[in-house]
Amino acid sequence: MVAPILIFAVGNESRGDDALAPLLLRQLESDSPVQAELVEEYQLQIEHVTDLLERSTVLFVDADVSCDAPFRFSEITAQHDNSYTSHAMTPAALLYAYRQVYGIDAPDSFLLRIRGYDFELGDRLSLKATANLEAAKKLVAGLCAAASPSVWREKLQASLTAID
Amino acid sequence: MTDTSNNMETAAHPENLRRVAIDPLSRVEGHGKVTLLMDENDRVHQVRLHIVEFRGFEKFIQGRPYWEAPVMVQRLCGICPVSHHLAASKAMDMIVGATLTPTAEKVRRLMHYGQILQSHALHFFHLCSPDLLFGFDSDMAKRNIVGVAAAYPEIARQGVLLRKFGQEVIRVTAGKRIHGTGSIPGGVNKNVGIEERDYLLKDIDQTVAWSRDAVAIARQLFEQNLDLYNNFASFAAHTLNMVRGDGALDLYHGGLRARDRDGNTLFDHYDYAHYWDVILEEVKPWTYMKFPFLRSLGPEQGWYRVGPLSRVTQCDFIPTPLANQARMAFLAFNGGSAASATLGVHWARMIEMLHAAEQIQVLLHDPDLQGTDLVSTGERQERGVGVIEAPRGTLIHHYKVDEHDQIVRCNLIVSTTHNNQAMNEAIRSVARQFIDGRKLTEGLLNHIEVAIRAFDPCLSCATHALGKMPLEVELLDAEGGRADMLTRTSHGMFCSPG
Repeated sequence: MVAPILIFAVGNESRGDDALAPLLLRQLESDSPVQAELVEEYQLQIEHVTDLLERSTVLFVDADVSCDAPFRFSEITAQHDNSYTSHAMTPAALLYAYRQVYGIDAPDSFLLRIRGYDFELGDRLSLKATANLEAAKKLVAGLCAAASPSVWREKLQASLTAID
Repeated sequence: MTDTSNNMETAAHPENLRRVAIDPLSRVEGHGKVTLLMDENDRVHQVRLHIVEFRGFEKFIQGRPYWEAPVMVQRLCGICPVSHHLAASKAMDMIVGATLTPTAEKVRRLMHYGQILQSHALHFFHLCSPDLLFGFDSDMAKRNIVGVAAAYPEIARQGVLLRKFGQEVIRVTAGKRIHGTGSIPGGVNKNVGIEERDYLLKDIDQTVAWSRDAVAIARQLFEQNLDLYNNFASFAAHTLNMVRGDGALDLYHGGLRARDRDGNTLFDHYDYAHYWDVILEEVKPWTYMKFPFLRSLGPEQGWYRVGPLSRVTQCDFIPTPLANQARMAFLAFNGGSAASATLGVHWARMIEMLHAAEQIQVLLHDPDLQGTDLVSTGERQERGVGVIEAPRGTLIHHYKVDEHDQIVRCNLIVSTTHNNQAMNEAIRSVARQFIDGRKLTEGLLNHIEVAIRAFDPCLSCATHALGKMPLEVELLDAEGGRADMLTRTSHGMFCSPG
């Protein structure tokens, strides 16, 4: 039986704030079991379309060097960008590839970008990123309590209001 | 006409030339850039592949206990973590004085063949097939895996599922998708259970069949573009690779074999535990990446090529029937032209993918995978060297461990470093063939990237975050001022500042 929610964390724990998404996953696992499958990868690639199959909702989590702190939560749709031409695809490009491979639309998908600052090899998570991680964890714990994309959209609106 | 007074590594009068940069390269892992120095008549005087990121991993690992190395080194690269995992494990086998049990060696081999399969599938189907199927200067909007999926949906689907199968082999043998802990100093920490074996067995016949089809596609592409494929980015190089005791292709273990450009053997079955007696590294001021060379030939003449083309052409045979048959056809094709062509590497790579699929098939039927004797130890050593034939070529891990079990020295020579000079030669060849004396276009610049992608260089440090990875192509005039500029965003869109 495939878990309806997939949380896909992307990052490398040995590269400073690139560890944000893997650490979020680790904390979700240890704090309380969540009703979701948790998957961790260094980067997204085309075979990850197979992980999306039969899901109702997918959450991609990644560190981001450009968004506002503490995080940016958004709904994403399939997009034909040129990240296909790289070893690392964007989540939106993966959704587009899903349609190419399976001939149907990808599950409802969301992206949580947690603000990171330093990405050097061997660095620990920065203090500012640690605070952002805490805020993101609260959001994701709330999301995991509801498997419905409509509830996620409500939380998305609430998070946007809070930022405004 | 090209500047023939030098080898295009260093221009005689760079101050009078304009500079074009491809930065970073696309469909290449990590961060590298190519610079060209051109005069007012678009003649090329200097071409260099630069590695602009310093990894510093050798420093990072110092002070860590040796048993952590096989897990930690996986964070070096998001594309081939398993190769680093296994090379480090082999080095640590020497540190603990172990001789592997049959179960340990076969589980590791299974993991390695899974890695070869998934990496070669990614490289051929997703990173290179767009260039090969549509043409090097075809419409950029189409020249990607989505374009392949639209025009050749079955090829794209097979590429996805081949890679997925390889990743599943890795997950089963390493215990996890990433940060696998399956291989440890002296052996492995788990065998392959019956249920896991049967899970992989149900797809292996299809995987072998698709791998055969992929070899046929690679051959067909070569046949259809014979002149281009024979001559593109051509250069002669010495070769280095590992072979089994009987000369067979062996991607997991063996001795080192080096041959010169004419096929004469320089050394054979050399014990890699003393690799520094036959390979040295040179440093150049314009790049972080070192230039290895064969010690007996010196830094100027001793550079060489590693990877699928070297391995498939320089081994005596491949010990699986379908891949060996494919190798014979490859060597015989058009009087041997594919075996010496830079773009022949794609065909060779698919032969290796077929070999990996066949090896997985054989191993899955081997009851040793379910054995319970997983780890061995022996007399503790202070130095360990592990060598493996990674997807892109020979990978060397070398560690020194002190009496407190801490790593005090580490030297890694990764496949891309071995191929450093060869890649530079390839792009200089392309510059002479396609760029010299012409107005630059995106399609022409892509020819340079096609040459680099043939090696599938992994310049990675396994980091990425959304919002990074911009691309900048800068055109400077003779005075060094910016004449034009093209930028690619993190989503791959191009824009000009106007």
